[in-house]
Amino acid sequence: MARVQLRHIAQARSGDKGNTVNIALFAPTTEIYDVFLKEVTAERVKEHFTGMVEGEVTRYLVPNLKAMNFVCRGALGGGGSRTLRVDNLGKCYGSNLMRMEIELGRHG
Amino acid sequence: MKKIRIGAGQGFYGDSIMPAIETAKRGGVQYICFDCLAELTLAILQKDRNKDPSKGYAKDISTTMRELLPYVKEKGLKILTNAGGMNPLGAQQETLRIAAELGIEGLKVAVVTGDDVIDKLQDWDRQGIPLNHMEDGRSIESIRDHIVFANAYVGMGPIVKALQQEADIVITGRTTDSALFLAPLVYEFGWQPDDWGRLAQGILMGHLMECSGQAAGGNFSGDWQSVEDLHNIGFPVAEVQEDGEFVLTKTEGTGGLVSVDTVKEQLLYEIHDPSSYTTPDVVLDVSEVQLQDAGANQVRVTGARGSQRPDTLKVVMGYSDGWLGQGICGYSWPDALAKVKAADRIIRKQIERIGLQYEEIRTDYLGYNSLHGPLATEPADDLNEVYLRIAVRTRSKTQAEKLGRLFPPLMLSGPPALGGFLGMMKPRELLGMWSCLVPREIVEDGLQVTVAEV
Repeated sequence: MARVQLRHIAQARSGDKGNTVNIALFAPTTEIYDVFLKEVTAERVKEHFTGMVEGEVTRYLVPNLKAMNFVCRGALGGGGSRTLRVDNLGKCYGSNLMRMEIELGRHG
Repeated sequence: MKKIRIGAGQGFYGDSIMPAIETAKRGGVQYICFDCLAELTLAILQKDRNKDPSKGYAKDISTTMRELLPYVKEKGLKILTNAGGMNPLGAQQETLRIAAELGIEGLKVAVVTGDDVIDKLQDWDRQGIPLNHMEDGRSIESIRDHIVFANAYVGMGPIVKALQQEADIVITGRTTDSALFLAPLVYEFGWQPDDWGRLAQGILMGHLMECSGQAAGGNFSGDWQSVEDLHNIGFPVAEVQEDGEFVLTKTEGTGGLVSVDTVKEQLLYEIHDPSSYTTPDVVLDVSEVQLQDAGANQVRVTGARGSQRPDTLKVVMGYSDGWLGQGICGYSWPDALAKVKAADRIIRKQIERIGLQYEEIRTDYLGYNSLHGPLATEPADDLNEVYLRIAVRTRSKTQAEKLGRLFPPLMLSGPPALGGFLGMMKPRELLGMWSCLVPREIVEDGLQVTVAEV
């Protein structure tokens, strides 16, 4: 069983629309994508961003690209032109998601 | 089969012009499309227009035209841009002025107006057209008196019309970024307005191109260190077939990287539901899209699906929502983090003492947690340096100004070894964004295409 931080296996890019941020997360292989499906849930992402995302997190799947898209509401303190945050456009949400650790081996 | 090559010229107001020049010179393109308008750009341009009614367009259009108009004449290149911002007619005048300066004649410059709907809001209200926030249904009442701009996202229609009138240059205000890229395809290939599959491919192409370097190795979260020569990045170029299939590439000899891995990051950028990305021209479904390696710096893109365009258009409004005041200064090792925390406590006590009235206050430690907030991990070592940044949101500009003045005394009367005081930062007006959906015809009835010739 191996505990791995997403930064070592995934790609992620984030961007903003109003007060919403989306983070697209990409797995390198189908096997790892299957693990993401179980490990990187909307609930877990919401919990990961405690203190940063105030609203709901929705997960959309794009298996074709081994990708999942997390839409995080209330994630920018009012939006890019209104927020006091330094990362006012949410560009760093992707790298911040890559801090998350998942169990890679357990799912066989 | 007929093919059209389109280049991406710009991804935002302030982007580099160098890649567009390379594309114009050696990219073999017939069109270059410039996206200059992020959500908040209109707010900046509105302020410019308030100061000077002849301004209010993206000022870098002057450089764009000076550098590229010679290629328009020489190679028959066409330029499409939404640099018109809050004043497309002003941008047209500026373009004509530069053409005259360069001694260029026989140039048709089209301009699309009608996306600016701020003067219509009252009428719409009277007609009972709801302008509730499209995400949470809030009534517009609370912000009505603070609206700074209101613009509709317009689709490809008027841009195609401008091309049909043989425009060399098309300048628009708030069109969707992707419509700028779709319009040449509809014009050249004669795609029907309900050919949802092809329109979807065209919009997808635009979506991949509209953020310039982001589809060519910029802001790449993968193996970014192996992306070569970002100083000379080539912005994406699409070679599109009549059936909608296209290859994304870039001009030879430029830096950056167009690969399946770089392109897929852009594919989902700022998209919410991947099966339903609504644009004025088609609803795009990217869930079955195939990205295929077609050689060095070449990615073949197929499989976009489309369905009927919506009966509504999105209107985005900006409303003033207070002022930002901030101060930034740095502290050096040893104990840099302890020093910035002590300085933060000092400033906060003084904020209380002078009675600075704020609605929100925030402290960040640059070099430690400013980009990752509560998720930043405790540093393992004593950091070499950390910067303190305190920001407040206030009702008035005067209150916001007060914060900066508390910083300089820290140099002599605070913790030791302060450097990098960034000076008095001017308060900045904060703008909230309001999005709503309105029946498309009430916007489209007011759209106009005007062509001027020199």
